[in-house]
Amino acid sequence: MEGVMSHGNDLNLKATELRLGLPGTDESTSKNNKRTANELVKNSELLNGKSDAKARDGETVPASKSQIVGWPPVRSFRKNIVQPKKTEAETGNFVKVSMDGAPYLRKIDLKIYKGYQELLKALENMFKLTIGEYSEREGYKGSEYAPAYEDKDGDLMLVGDVPWDMFMSTCKRLRIMKGSEATGLGSGV
Amino acid sequence: MVNYFPEEVLEHVFSFLTSHRDRNAVSLVCKSWYNVERFSRGKVFIGNCYAISPERLISRFPRVRSLTLKGKPHFADFNLVLHDWGGYVYPWIEAMAKGCTNLEELRLKRMLVSDASLELIAKSFPNFKSLVLVSCEGFTTDGLAAIASNCRFLRELDLQENEVEDPRGQWLSCFPDSCTSLASLNFACLKGEVNLAALERLVARCRNLKSLRLNHAVPPDVLQKILARAPQLVDLGAGSFVHDPESETYNKLKNVMQKCTSIRSLSGFLDVNARCLPAIYPICINLSSLNLSYAPGIYSKELVKLIRKCKKLQCLWILDTIGDKGLRVVASACKELQELRVFKSDPNDVGNAAVTEEGLVAISAGCPNLNSLLYFCRQMTNTALITVAKNCPNFIRFRLCTLDPITPDAVTMQPLDNGFGAIVQSCKGLKRLSVSGLLTDQVFLYIGMYAEQLEMLSIAFAGNSDKGMVYVLNGCKKLKKLEIRDSPFGNMALLADTGKYETMRSLWMSSCKVTFGACKSLAEKMPRLNVEIINEGDEMEGGSDDRQNVEKMYLYRTLVGPRKDAPDSVWTL
Repeated sequence: MEGVMSHGNDLNLKATELRLGLPGTDESTSKNNKRTANELVKNSELLNGKSDAKARDGETVPASKSQIVGWPPVRSFRKNIVQPKKTEAETGNFVKVSMDGAPYLRKIDLKIYKGYQELLKALENMFKLTIGEYSEREGYKGSEYAPAYEDKDGDLMLVGDVPWDMFMSTCKRLRIMKGSEATGLGSGV
Repeated sequence: MVNYFPEEVLEHVFSFLTSHRDRNAVSLVCKSWYNVERFSRGKVFIGNCYAISPERLISRFPRVRSLTLKGKPHFADFNLVLHDWGGYVYPWIEAMAKGCTNLEELRLKRMLVSDASLELIAKSFPNFKSLVLVSCEGFTTDGLAAIASNCRFLRELDLQENEVEDPRGQWLSCFPDSCTSLASLNFACLKGEVNLAALERLVARCRNLKSLRLNHAVPPDVLQKILARAPQLVDLGAGSFVHDPESETYNKLKNVMQKCTSIRSLSGFLDVNARCLPAIYPICINLSSLNLSYAPGIYSKELVKLIRKCKKLQCLWILDTIGDKGLRVVASACKELQELRVFKSDPNDVGNAAVTEEGLVAISAGCPNLNSLLYFCRQMTNTALITVAKNCPNFIRFRLCTLDPITPDAVTMQPLDNGFGAIVQSCKGLKRLSVSGLLTDQVFLYIGMYAEQLEMLSIAFAGNSDKGMVYVLNGCKKLKKLEIRDSPFGNMALLADTGKYETMRSLWMSSCKVTFGACKSLAEKMPRLNVEIINEGDEMEGGSDDRQNVEKMYLYRTLVGPRKDAPDSVWTL
């Protein structure tokens, strides 16, 4: 009650307050009808038949309180909008990888790589080939393979030109090109 | 004296009355006023579609041009009501199509809207101008295609938070080239792709377009092209706002944004890369309304940078990722704030809510004009609520939601009765209140005593005894809607003042202590109430025990008796 007194002077709450107990008694006498937090664990069947007074612990909330139907009161529309974001963050960013001449494609999760170096190493391992070093001027000179990717606009681009983050968000599929077609890409055309 | 005025004069005078309450009052004065009023009423608001029938509506108001209808009870929003409980709009449209083809505007909330209904609208009302659907379901984009194709004078198509199936996604292309009248288009809630080229052409030819809210399928480069064509926009909902800040698209977007000096309201950002937000900095100073509550990817730092620039903001909807710290910034920057809604960023997260009573107190201190609040928080204290009540006496809507529905005062561990008591005592204009936290009958005593203007009250997990509910029913003279869940109110409270329910729109009670027998006797006593029991389980089948507690009861006043479209699981007593 002290809290009310110190801030309640302007509102004069105490003077107008109708109390459940006798004047002069404090609120603790009326505490005996509180429900325990534990009762909340069951779904909505909470209060059927529970008319006796119970003391309130006032402590930790059981973890299963999230099972309460419809609490917190959030529209399902809003719940569905917000949730998919999380799952997208958790699932990978898988893209197909084709290699010219190979009988079938592979799939890799771009999210597990921190940058181009790791990605290229993984591709080299997966397809048993050497791709070599990237240079802006010459592409992947020295290798008979060139890693390319199809971006959002459908264009075939050389891997390594754009910042890694941008590559991650625009890469739709990877293609390892081979032979003369490959070397043609990076040679300053 | 006024009886000798010719009807045209009366009608002209009445035309200045826009509120339906004023018009209702006027129609009660005398027979001739009743008649003049009813022929001149253009806009009708029906808060419960089962309170009256469409035929009676049309016979009383034959010239109605604008109809607002609400269907399911509010708690349907939180999955407490069966999907097929009711609220079908088709019978209304069918009746209007026969008797009142002047219909121009239809606004529906929480109703079941079928594609057939939309097709019927499209076919039946040649002057149809405006369709607003809020929290509705049952239709697909095929229905929207019918509206787009046939409503030649369509001005407004506003879809807010509806569940819409999208089988084909070509509805936008159905707007004919001759359609140039659109002033407001909101399809943010649609999940599917849209024909982007058709969208661009539509925007280009609708020179009166003032409000446009896009869905997530509209990428930033299309947004940029649209804004270049429509710099006159006042209200914008961005769809996808993910792009590389170093790209050409981003640059173009930045430039075009600077020219959009008319934008006063901003929302959307359904997909967002926070590093792209600086593109909207130039328009922040003009914003009166900002809704970032659908954008979970923005962290507190960026949010704060953005909001700091919104000095004229009156309405802010935000996620609790803003934190108490962020709310302090809002309090210092947005002095004209009137409405604040802070939503949970992850509704299923059990413990990491990021705002507390401190953020709310800061807001109340910095924004004295605050009159509308929805606040999801981890904890609250009486002291904080009392301070808020003192700082902001102008609340009209005050809705608090603690993550744990029976959490006590976080400091004193006492119930939050006194805090809410201070709110109702200080805010004499309070019309809507949702209480939350550990609460005893005492808080309802305060509400009954002080909340004289209260029209809607939401109660969950609160109170100790029937007395609590009785205090409210006795005290709140203007109460229209009362919804209660999981609280120990029983038959004594339900039956204490049965006449009261005819002065209210509806009462919802679920998981309380009301028995079947009491509901039956209430229904018998009050023929102008529909008392519905919703049974989801098998327990109530075939002969139920009068002493058994009712899981869900919904009662409402009505002039047309029990409805005929209730599913098997809903019994009207």
